[in-house]
Amino acid sequence: MKLELKVNGETRSVEASPIARLLDVLREEISLTGTKEGCGEGECGACTILIDGKPVNSCLVPAAQAQGAELTTIEGLADRCGYGRQGATPLQTAIVEWGGTQCGICTPGIAVCAQALLAEEPAPSRERIREALAGNLCRCTGYQLIVDAVAAAAEASAGSQA
Amino acid sequence: MPQVGVSPPRVDGLDKVTGAARYVDDIQPPGVLFGRTVRSQVPHARLDAIELDPDFDWSQVTVVTAEDLTGPNVIALITDDQPALVPVGGNIRHVDEAVALVAAPTKPMAEAARKAITLVTTPLEAVFSIEDSIAKSALLHGEDNVFKRFEIKKGDVALGFAEADHIIEHTYRTGAQEQMYIEPQGVIASWAGEAGAETVKLIGSLQCPYYVHKALKALYELPDERVIVTQAVTGGGFGGKEEYPSMISAHATLLARKAQKPVKLVYERDEDVAATTKRHPSRTIHKLGFKKDGTLVAAEVDVVIDAGAYATLSEVVLSRAVLHAAGPYKIPHVRIVGRAVATNHPPHGAFRGFGAPQTTFAYERQIAKAAALVGQDAFAFRRHNMYRLGDVTATGQTLRESVATEEVLAAVEATLAKPGPRPRVEGPSIKRGRGIAFYNHGAGFTGSGEERLKGQATLALLPDGRFEVRSSSTDIGQGAQTTFGQIAAMAAGIPTEQIVVAQPSTDLVPDSGPTVASRTCMVVGHVVGQAASQLKERVEAYAKANDLDPQDRAAVAAHSPEELQTTVTYRPPPGIVWDDQTYSGDAYPVFGWACCLVDLAVDTDTLEVTVERCVHAVDVGKAINPRIVQGQIEGGTLQALGWALWESVLYKEGRVLNQRMTNSIIPTAIEAPELEAVLVEVPYSHGPHGAKGVGEIPMDGPAAAVANALEQALGVATDELPLLPETLDRLTRGGAA
Repeated sequence: MKLELKVNGETRSVEASPIARLLDVLREEISLTGTKEGCGEGECGACTILIDGKPVNSCLVPAAQAQGAELTTIEGLADRCGYGRQGATPLQTAIVEWGGTQCGICTPGIAVCAQALLAEEPAPSRERIREALAGNLCRCTGYQLIVDAVAAAAEASAGSQA
Repeated sequence: MPQVGVSPPRVDGLDKVTGAARYVDDIQPPGVLFGRTVRSQVPHARLDAIELDPDFDWSQVTVVTAEDLTGPNVIALITDDQPALVPVGGNIRHVDEAVALVAAPTKPMAEAARKAITLVTTPLEAVFSIEDSIAKSALLHGEDNVFKRFEIKKGDVALGFAEADHIIEHTYRTGAQEQMYIEPQGVIASWAGEAGAETVKLIGSLQCPYYVHKALKALYELPDERVIVTQAVTGGGFGGKEEYPSMISAHATLLARKAQKPVKLVYERDEDVAATTKRHPSRTIHKLGFKKDGTLVAAEVDVVIDAGAYATLSEVVLSRAVLHAAGPYKIPHVRIVGRAVATNHPPHGAFRGFGAPQTTFAYERQIAKAAALVGQDAFAFRRHNMYRLGDVTATGQTLRESVATEEVLAAVEATLAKPGPRPRVEGPSIKRGRGIAFYNHGAGFTGSGEERLKGQATLALLPDGRFEVRSSSTDIGQGAQTTFGQIAAMAAGIPTEQIVVAQPSTDLVPDSGPTVASRTCMVVGHVVGQAASQLKERVEAYAKANDLDPQDRAAVAAHSPEELQTTVTYRPPPGIVWDDQTYSGDAYPVFGWACCLVDLAVDTDTLEVTVERCVHAVDVGKAINPRIVQGQIEGGTLQALGWALWESVLYKEGRVLNQRMTNSIIPTAIEAPELEAVLVEVPYSHGPHGAKGVGEIPMDGPAAAVANALEQALGVATDELPLLPETLDRLTRGGAA
């Protein structure tokens, strides 16, 4: 069937099976390969995107159900946050600077999820950051430098607004 | 400003955090077919027939079986006993062994084709435990099911035990562990060129391009230049992408050759967990003798690892297990025997630590028990017995330099002087415990391994004046590219931005040896530095001879008719002597040293364990990029805590029952404690700027620290891993393993 999806601010028309996973449509039909697949069952969070600003595992969403919603993938995250299409958000920069990415396969999902957290809660505690990221598995970092990066980005943002 | 000892951000960081980095499944060549693997469903059987459903539409499907092989049916590694595909008439030796392959234009069609193939088998008796394998309940290999046996002897253990005031002997068991890299295994294969002179090209998620190169050369009987293996950005490995990529690469290239189209073979998570290698389960019987004052006098260790169905890397894993079995302790009389035995489990293989975590668990449990028996403080007991400079190890190696035993113990003690984190759980059912573990890890290949490998790295002057590092050492997340860039920049005296690190591809980079054994920074980094410094001299000499400005490297590159480059081959430090026959001598050029402390709380109602504090002091010689090193220590520490407390592989009659992330769990950000990594730097004269290996050592000890803390909290002997709530339930009720 024909689907109309609003992805990263653009309306995209694609042909897909009604039960096609949103993850596959994004990766295979729209070539947005920044969203990753780690498990295909909503455990690892590598496929996290924003649907109307909320983090969602795109492997669990039928593409047809995403019609009419505002979808943001890692490729559109910086633009959505006002840092331009080729840019990176201060959170993304912090993840790189703090060493919160190693192999990087979980990183897009983590960046998307943490960005959504900061949009909701600009000054989360470390416990809250851990809770918010509990659906995003990372096997490389032990999470320490990811939590440090998110906390640092929150702090920097509070500093710039004070 | 120095370029080492500082932490510039990772060179690949921005691409990874913006989604621009291209992993193998992100690459979609035109006309690519999707591959699937038909796997055995029985642990041990004769394969009688492979039946294709006559009602299925096979017109667009490529099917490959062992009959399609033109060369030897083997995955070349150490002992060539593992077939690429089980042939009809041959024996299936484990569940989920590859028997046939399919490729089709769509994933659903490939999956349907896979399901339309049936295997006809005649069952054979299977073996699923170390005990049954030793007892030869069925004969799977040779005359005794033993793939490999090692023995290490020092002094006379009978004499030693006669001198001891106390002797303790216990049996320790550790379970399999899944690497659980978040990116599953995957490759894309294609063939190009005229018939009879084709070149096979492979790009994939892998650690060791030249291992795959070797395996494909053997499979197709091709010369070096007709096999090109390229590493894609790789989403984690931890050892799991050391050997298995040779298998999946064999499969994808077989499909691509027959289909005459590129083939992508990317595993689903359940397939990856079910079929690929994991950490070896182990059983270690450890007998320790010591005096009333705590002085260790004798140790006798019998370690057995479950190799699984084929030899694969088990021999070298076992080697590391026995070489680490005496720990960082001065013991005059030692005997260590190790065996790798055959079972009908899928082959176990490389996983960070590589045999050392298993024996470290055993000896650090023993040390904790011994210290308690003589009533000594955990630190004092270890300090009393630890190696110091000039001591001689169980293999007869004199520790000539870089012994950081005192430094790592002191670093943990110093951290304890500061206030710790507040308790994470409270309540009347909570009990608390503290445990430490103290250990070492040999950096680089064992014994004469580096001498044999002759790892190389090339530095080349690019047309734009930058230096390019060419090595087959892969960045699998550990930060090799960034670290190499810093080492090369420092050696060449140019900014790090003027260094690029080439993505490893066997047609472009020399063989630096595999990306394993905590050797990348220490060994390959060493030659990268030497090559960078030599290239700098070459560029300067060329500029001088041709009246050019040596600072204008682009002009030098433009002037030179050929690319200016230099290749350096690793030479181990002089004086390393190793005897493979007697397993004696200098086992490793140098060791890293570490101490881990764990404070934990256990809820006696639910037996759920919360790690409240974890301090890990690791001696790395020199941290080229301290932030990257910190990440290595923290990541390894959490994998070790996971192995100790949460991760289990449930085998039932040779099949992995928990194949999905839903039931094969790894720690999330919530289970993970705040990790306190302490970098200790006692330099090594033959590493770049003093650097030693760091990749594996963080995995070795934390599990023993956890078990020691749990023993203190619950008063039961926590001698097996994983210590799941159900394990603790059995132990507190008095049940043995």
